[in-house]
Amino acid sequence: MIEYLIKGPLWYFSLAVFCIGVLWQLARIIFAAGKTDLSVARGSASGGAWRNVFSRFVPHPEIAPRIRLQVIAGYMFHLGLFALLFFAAPHVHFLEKHLLGFGWTPMPYWAFIVAAQFAFFGLILLWLRRMLNSVSRLISTTDDHIAAILTFVVMLTGCLALGQGFPALNLLHLFTVELLMIYFPFSSLMHAFTFIPSRAFTGAWFGRRGIDA
Amino acid sequence: MSERLEAGLNVLRAEMDKKVMSFFSSCVRCGICAESCLFYTETNDPRYTPIYKTEPMRKLWKNEYSFWGKLKSTLGISEPMTEADLSDWEELVYDGCSMCGRCSMVCPVGVDISMVIFKVKHALAVAGFSPEGLVGATKRAVEIGSPMGITMKAVLATIKHAEENTGLKIPLDVEGADYLALLSSNEIALYPEYLEALAKIFDHAGVSWTLSSAAYEATNSGLQIGNKAIAGQLVQRVVDGAEKLKVKNVISPECGHAYTALRWEGPNFVGKAYSFRVVHILELLDELQAQGKLKTTGMETDRLTFHDPCSIVRRGGIQAQPRNLLGPITNNFVEMTDHGSMNWCCGGGGGVSSNERAEGLKHTAFNRKKSQIEEIKVDAVVTACSNCRMVMEEGLEHNEIDIPLLGLTELIAEHLADKPH
Repeated sequence: MIEYLIKGPLWYFSLAVFCIGVLWQLARIIFAAGKTDLSVARGSASGGAWRNVFSRFVPHPEIAPRIRLQVIAGYMFHLGLFALLFFAAPHVHFLEKHLLGFGWTPMPYWAFIVAAQFAFFGLILLWLRRMLNSVSRLISTTDDHIAAILTFVVMLTGCLALGQGFPALNLLHLFTVELLMIYFPFSSLMHAFTFIPSRAFTGAWFGRRGIDA
Repeated sequence: MSERLEAGLNVLRAEMDKKVMSFFSSCVRCGICAESCLFYTETNDPRYTPIYKTEPMRKLWKNEYSFWGKLKSTLGISEPMTEADLSDWEELVYDGCSMCGRCSMVCPVGVDISMVIFKVKHALAVAGFSPEGLVGATKRAVEIGSPMGITMKAVLATIKHAEENTGLKIPLDVEGADYLALLSSNEIALYPEYLEALAKIFDHAGVSWTLSSAAYEATNSGLQIGNKAIAGQLVQRVVDGAEKLKVKNVISPECGHAYTALRWEGPNFVGKAYSFRVVHILELLDELQAQGKLKTTGMETDRLTFHDPCSIVRRGGIQAQPRNLLGPITNNFVEMTDHGSMNWCCGGGGGVSSNERAEGLKHTAFNRKKSQIEEIKVDAVVTACSNCRMVMEEGLEHNEIDIPLLGLTELIAEHLADKPH
């Protein structure tokens, strides 16, 4: 009964909430009110937007030495998670069977272990900093902690399920993924999508003023 | 709900646009912005973290625009905003932020934090939570025409002295001139040599220019306090003055925020595009130099550096021009470690220098600039903003450091070659 629920209705429900929620949140931003800038542009807004979307992946050298921990831990976590999400063999097979109808070459087992270690180590470092650093502690919200805990639990159950020997662990992993998918559109996890318009809006502003950003 | 709270919240609601929604949907509270802010790096007080200064706007977004806020509101369990949500941020936004925009350069998700802080300032100003010093300056700007209370009589006296010192006629209210030059209060009261420099340079380059008795003041206290209606009223005076004289261009003085107010925000404040071009004095000098109309002679042999005013470079896009101008007249020029669009602020922008209450914090924040200047062991610092110049002069004096501050326009005027015949 529980297996049916998790693999059936709850999976489709969480998938629908995730897809509709993400699209709805993005539409709310894109179609929200905006003001036309009446000043005469010096440079290209669209050029600035495109540039900023990509240039912000690399921190300014003037500030890089002061934010090493956030940058290194951030990249370890995000790259590790990306690799796990799209190239772990069980995920590739799942996406092929249940969603896309086609697959691609998954990463080897050793790469999975490396990616998992990167993701876990990065997430734990970021989370520790969030709790121990006075700035992060002051500005963090309950949502930030829920998002971090949910992501951690999903990764942990994913590793536990890797053995394939215990179907219950597989089910537990799928269940936590479904919880994450339902929470995602209404949380700071949305930054995975909204960082693009955010960077683009600011980049366009810099671009039309001809600022070297 | 009190009237002032309602007024402040209404401003925040009106300022909630697609940019702000994308910013708050993206911010993951990483705290990287703190490391870019001199009010945090020099005090280690986490309250000065830039994104924390936007908290009133974030709280409104969370309450009224987010899923959880709407759900809580529907269930009747939301936490309504109170006057404290505005009043408690007054000191952070007015004393602990110079609107330098360095935070907006480093945010990994691209939040223009400085822009959101300005929106918070707007709400605080309308709700009546602004420091006395800025309120007084704004009142003088509206009633007298200048935040320092400078009247046309004082301008006429400055013109007279400039004419005596240069032997040149300073044009006033000349209809149809190509350029209308504006001055900042500081340039009239503290650095009158700026006007003399303009007279010499324009005479040398054959520029048709004028001052206006209706629009001489470029300083915009409305922008500094964050009140867009007043900012628009002050910009409108310049627009009216320029249109009356039918000039083709208006020259923004070396003052950084005046340039932002006139060049970039002005048309939005007054609700229409200008019929004239706004050009910063450094842009104009650079153009004249490129056209061969500005010839200089001689070299500064002292070891010099350039302080980039935040509003001109980081929020205004003028970075190459001062270096183009300094190149031909310096042979021992050195850049600060962080310069150009990532330069550190002097600590007195955004109205901080007009806010007596922020005096102590301003001096603490200046330690960053002091370290930058000391590191490169220069004989003098050149800048192109009268406010930066005044703040740095005060800061260096406060620290008993004897390094002179030079205005770039005046430096150019000192090196003018013989007038081409």
